[in-house]
Amino acid sequence: MTAGASDAGHEHAERQPGSGGPGSDAPGSGGPGQAERRPRVRFGVEDLVVAYHGRTAVAGVTLEVAPGEVAGMVGGDGAGKTTVLRALAGAVRPASGTVRRPPARRIGYVSAGPGVYRDLTVDENLAFAGAAYGLRGSALSERAGRLLDRTGLAGARDRLGGQLSGGMRQKLALAMAMLHEPRLLVLDEPTTGVDPVSRAELWRLVAHAAATGAAVVVATSYLDEAERTGSVLVLDQGRPLVAGTPEAVVAGIPGAVLDAPARPDRGTAWRRGARWRVWSPDGSTVPGASPVAPDLEDAVIVAALAARERAARDKEVAA
Amino acid sequence: MLAMVIKEFRQLRRDRRTLAMLVVMPLVLLTVLGYAASFDVTSVRTVVVGPRAEAAAARLPGVLEVVAVRPDDGRAEAVRELRDGRAAVALVTGGDQVTALVDGADLFSARAAVQAFAGRSETAAAAGGPRVDVEVLFNPDLRTPVIMVPGLIGIILVFVGTMATALGVVRERQSGTLEQLAVMPFRPRDVFLGKVLPYFCVAAVDLTVVVVAGLLLFDVPFRGNVLVLALGALLFLFVTLGFGVLISTVSENQGQAIQLAIMTLLPQVLLSGLIFPLQAMAAGVRWIGYLLPLTYFIQISRGVMVRGAPLSALAVPLLALAALGLAVFTLSVIRFRRDLAPTGQEPEPEPEPEPEPEPGSVPAAAGGAR
Repeated sequence: MTAGASDAGHEHAERQPGSGGPGSDAPGSGGPGQAERRPRVRFGVEDLVVAYHGRTAVAGVTLEVAPGEVAGMVGGDGAGKTTVLRALAGAVRPASGTVRRPPARRIGYVSAGPGVYRDLTVDENLAFAGAAYGLRGSALSERAGRLLDRTGLAGARDRLGGQLSGGMRQKLALAMAMLHEPRLLVLDEPTTGVDPVSRAELWRLVAHAAATGAAVVVATSYLDEAERTGSVLVLDQGRPLVAGTPEAVVAGIPGAVLDAPARPDRGTAWRRGARWRVWSPDGSTVPGASPVAPDLEDAVIVAALAARERAARDKEVAA
Repeated sequence: MLAMVIKEFRQLRRDRRTLAMLVVMPLVLLTVLGYAASFDVTSVRTVVVGPRAEAAAARLPGVLEVVAVRPDDGRAEAVRELRDGRAAVALVTGGDQVTALVDGADLFSARAAVQAFAGRSETAAAAGGPRVDVEVLFNPDLRTPVIMVPGLIGIILVFVGTMATALGVVRERQSGTLEQLAVMPFRPRDVFLGKVLPYFCVAAVDLTVVVVAGLLLFDVPFRGNVLVLALGALLFLFVTLGFGVLISTVSENQGQAIQLAIMTLLPQVLLSGLIFPLQAMAAGVRWIGYLLPLTYFIQISRGVMVRGAPLSALAVPLLALAALGLAVFTLSVIRFRRDLAPTGQEPEPEPEPEPEPEPGSVPAAAGGAR
C-alpha cells in the first residue's frame, strides 16, 4: 500500500482547549465539528502551546506539511524544535492548539535519542519495529532488506546497535521509522553529529520517503539542509521567528546583508568562514563592506537579530 | 582542594536522593533496628487442650501467652492449630503426662518455649508435679536453614521483580526508546505486560531453582501443596513487579533506580520476619512489617513448605498480598500510562482497512475537550 497524495482521509486531529475549558475557544471558530475543506490532507500543528511542569516550552507555533513535502524546522538549542516534534508525533500532550496527524501506526518517528536498542542487532531492531507496526514474514524481510541496502547497513545486520557509529545508528533509526511506510515522518535532528557523507545518505532516504508520498517534518541545526526543504520554520526561544519557503524567508530579510573581509566598525557583524557578514537594518551601506546575496543562514541570523532588537525596543518603551 | 569540596557539596545538595540516603537512612535504620533487632520473643501464642487444660493453663511459664483453652480438644486438633499457624505452642493434657507441642517453623518462639519448659521441668520435678514432655514439630532439630530458605525465596523474588524490572524499564527511558514506544501503535498495557512478562518468567524459573536447591542442599522439607506456594509467589510477584515499574517511573537513570530498589529491599529484609521475629519487635515497628509484602510471602512459604499449611490457613496472607498487589500494580500502571499515552489516547492495536477518503477533515475532539 502506498501512501500517495490522493490517499486522503482517516486523518486524526486533536484539539486541546486552553485552561479555560471549551468555552475559551476562539469566538466564531465554528467549533471542532466543522470541517475545513482542503484539497489534500495536511499534517501539522496550529497555534501549538506546550508546557512542561507549568513552564511554557513553545507557544504560538504553526507548522503544516503536505504529503510529498519536506518541512524543515531550525533554531538554536532550546528553541523548542524537539517539543514541537514530540507534540506532532504524539509523545507529549499540548496545553492548547491543534495537532493534525495520522493514526499512530502511520507515523514514523526518530527521536533525538535516537531510539535504537543498543543491545539488539540491526536485524533485531528492524524486526521489533516491523512487528510493532504489524509487519511480519516476507513483507518485513523484503522491506527491511531494501532499506538495509539503501542505508548501506546490509553488511552490518548482525552488529549490535551500540556498536554502530553515530551515522550508522541514525540510518538504522531512520530505517526503523520508514519500515512501515508512514504517511507522516517526524525526524528530530537525524543528522546531528553525523559525518558529511552519511548526512548526504540520510537526506537521500528522507527525499525518497517524500517522493513516495510521505509528509516529512525534520528538525535540523544545519541550515544548508533546511535550504533544500519545501518550507522552513525558524524557532527562537519557543516562538516562531519566521516561516515560509527558504526563498521567501531569504527574500524577507529586512534591510541589507553585506560582506566584508574584516570586522567593520559599524553595524552588527558575524563571521562567515574567513570573512564577515554585516546586517544593515535600513539598507544603508557600510564602509569597507559590499552587498552580497544572502542565503538562509544569513536570513536566520538576521531574523534573530531583528527579534532581539524589537524586544529591546519594546523594553525601552515599557520602561 | 577547597574548590573540589565546594563543588561536591553543591552536587550533593542537588542530589536529594543520595542526601536522603546519607542522612535520613542511618537515622531510620537506627530507630527501626533499635526496636526491631531482637531475637528474644517474650510472648508465645499458646493453646491448651485436654481434660486438665484449665488447670495446666494457670500454671504455665510467663512467656507462654494462652490464647485459647479447649478442654474438649485433643492432640489432633492441637497439631492442626500449630500447622495452620494459629499458635506456636500447644499444651496437650490428659493422663499423668503433659505434652507441649512446639512449632519448629517459628524458630525463635520455639526456642523461647523450649527454654521455658526446660526451666519449668526441673522445678516441677522437684515439687513432684506432672512432667512436661516437649515435642518440636515440623523442624525437630530447630535448624535455621529450614526457616531461612523459604524466606530467601522471597528475597530472590524481590530482587528479580523489583530490581531487574526497574532497571529494565529505566534503561528504556534512558536510551530514549520509551518515547519511541509511546509513539508506536502499542496500547500502554501491551507495553506494560510485554515489559513485565519476561521478568515474570525469569522469576518463576528462579523460584523453582531455589526451591529445588533448598530441598536438595539444605534438606528443607516441602510438606504442603506446591500450588498454594505457586499462588502465593504469583501474588507476591505482582507486588514486586509493580514496585519495580513504580520505581522506574520516578527514576531518571539506573543509579537512581538501584537506590530506590535498595530502599524498598532493606526494610523488607529487616522487618518482614525473615531475620528478626515479628513477635520480638516493638508494636510500632511491627506494624511497618505488616505493610510489607515480604512479611506475607514468608508466612506463606514457611507455612506451605515447613508446616504443610493448607490454603484455608493461609487466607489472610494471601488476601493481604492480593490487596497490596492490586494497589501497587494499579498505581504503577497509572504512572506508566502517563509515559506511554501522553496524549491520553490509545492507538488501535491492529491495523484495520482505512476508510474511504472524505472530502475534508473532521477534527475529533480528544482528551476531554468536550
